[in-house]
Amino acid sequence: MTEAQHVNPSPGRLDVPTLSVQTRRPGWVRRSLRNPSVVFGSLIFLLMVLVAVFAGALSTQSPTRLYPANRLKPPSAQHYLGTDEFGRDVYSLVLHGSRVSLLVGGVTMFLTSLGGILIGLAAGYSRRLDPVVMRFMDGLMAFPAILLAIALMAARGPGVANVIFALSLVYMPRTAMLIRSTVLSLRELDYVQAAEALGRRDLAIALRHLLPNCLGPLLVQGTFIFAYAVLAEAILGFLGVGVPPYIPSWGNVIASGKNVIREAYWVSFFPGLALTLAGLSLNLLGDGLRDTLDPRLRLQS
Amino acid sequence: MAVVVTIVFLLIHLIPGDPVSVMLGPDATTPQIEATRRALGLDRPIHEQLLKFYVRVLQGDLGQSYFLDRPVTTALRERAEPTLVLTFASLLVAVLIGVPSGVLAGAYRGSWWDRTLMTAALMGVCIPGFWLSLNFIYLFAVRLGWLPAAGYTSLFVDPLGTLRYMVLPAVSLGFNQSALIARIARSCMLEVLAQDYIRTARAKGLSQRVVVYVHAFRNALVPVTTVIGITMAILIGGAVVTEIVFNIPGLGRLIISAILRRDYPVVQGVVLATAAAYVLINLAVDVVYAFIDPRIRYD
Repeated sequence: MTEAQHVNPSPGRLDVPTLSVQTRRPGWVRRSLRNPSVVFGSLIFLLMVLVAVFAGALSTQSPTRLYPANRLKPPSAQHYLGTDEFGRDVYSLVLHGSRVSLLVGGVTMFLTSLGGILIGLAAGYSRRLDPVVMRFMDGLMAFPAILLAIALMAARGPGVANVIFALSLVYMPRTAMLIRSTVLSLRELDYVQAAEALGRRDLAIALRHLLPNCLGPLLVQGTFIFAYAVLAEAILGFLGVGVPPYIPSWGNVIASGKNVIREAYWVSFFPGLALTLAGLSLNLLGDGLRDTLDPRLRLQS
Repeated sequence: MAVVVTIVFLLIHLIPGDPVSVMLGPDATTPQIEATRRALGLDRPIHEQLLKFYVRVLQGDLGQSYFLDRPVTTALRERAEPTLVLTFASLLVAVLIGVPSGVLAGAYRGSWWDRTLMTAALMGVCIPGFWLSLNFIYLFAVRLGWLPAAGYTSLFVDPLGTLRYMVLPAVSLGFNQSALIARIARSCMLEVLAQDYIRTARAKGLSQRVVVYVHAFRNALVPVTTVIGITMAILIGGAVVTEIVFNIPGLGRLIISAILRRDYPVVQGVVLATAAAYVLINLAVDVVYAFIDPRIRYD
């Protein structure tokens, strides 16, 4: 994206010529749309969003209503994906579960990006802050992510907001490290040094010159964090420390299916299939975006 | 290591929740709670607790579990075996599937093999390990009855039994990682095959087989080794969930129950052991580098 650098004398400020780096948005969007994995990934993802939005209209019965007489019915015309041990309709549960997954994934992606930008820019640009912040991040990352999330959930109790908080905290160091390393390599480039020589303030340099060039890697990383968060939410639910059991989430349904796996495979099979599909769409999207936005990254990963 | 120890200690103690109230139950009286807190040293200021913790760790003493009625080091030793067996078995699965498929896909880029293997690898990355475990249990234990659904027997008592218990957990835990390794092995192969010396080897008239296996394979292994080191670290985390699904009495289940009960010494002990394992793995990876690539020397 650096080919788009150009001097842009902004009309409002004639005293200091402004250097600005612009990413040619239409260009990368068009290029991405030529990539089959981006197209395929976005289509599945779009479908998931639609399902989540219209879950109420699409489902055949309320996902929370219990019908004990109807328990553990195999898939049929009446219950497309069967019923669970409380007689809840698995099809409706899966539809509604997508809401929790998308909510947790989306908000976690947003929060990790925000926190990652702040910490990463600060650490990458300030030589004094860098060692302190990075040691702390190293420490956070030395702890397996899922264990840290479990510990945080144990302390704060079940709940959607707590899951989002725990996962954002756990995945933020990764984004911060990425932004930091991008900033460190950008900082040595001529245009940043030119901006420094022109006497622009640190904040202005960070926001106007460094941040826009971090957006590509950030978008790719965000897609993968979305995928991790959806998966981690399901694992937390599965372990019984995630979203409370009365809210339908894929993890919770899989967990309830675990107890009845001998009689009723469908209870855990179908939510897991949805989870796999969600992971597939996000991974395809992430891989595709990475290939189009930064071909150099392709080999490293 | 010291940084990790400190951060873990602080994180655990900063998380609200009190082990004493969990230990004594809801009926405990205030004086009882106070007495227990004093006995455990939890009434001291946090920096004092931290300092004491350092001194003890250096003496090889990880303290006494609040709930298990034994020293943490004993608990670790008792629970380490299943986790070690599981991790190594999964690593074996991951490497044995991942490296050959990646090398094959890279060597015959664009072929039918390449496309099939890489589609499988993409699926492998996306399939959640714990869900795969459940499907395995249903298929191989419930329907076919070939393998036990859950549990563990010690390697020292019944090695064949251990093998039977370990097949499903190791395959479901190693599968995701094998997909990751395959993708990386493929891109490393592609990178190496684009080098000049490969063209030279081809120009000499060597067959594709010799070029791939003699000239390219070994050079592609160096970055793959790094990934295997990282894989090992991921496996230790993944083992936690796998141990729960398959009811394996290892460190993963130990730390989960310890976290839920606020058994601080046990949580610290397991984390410390894990951190030590990370360090050892990195060391091992460095040694393996030098073995694969004689140009790498450590002075």
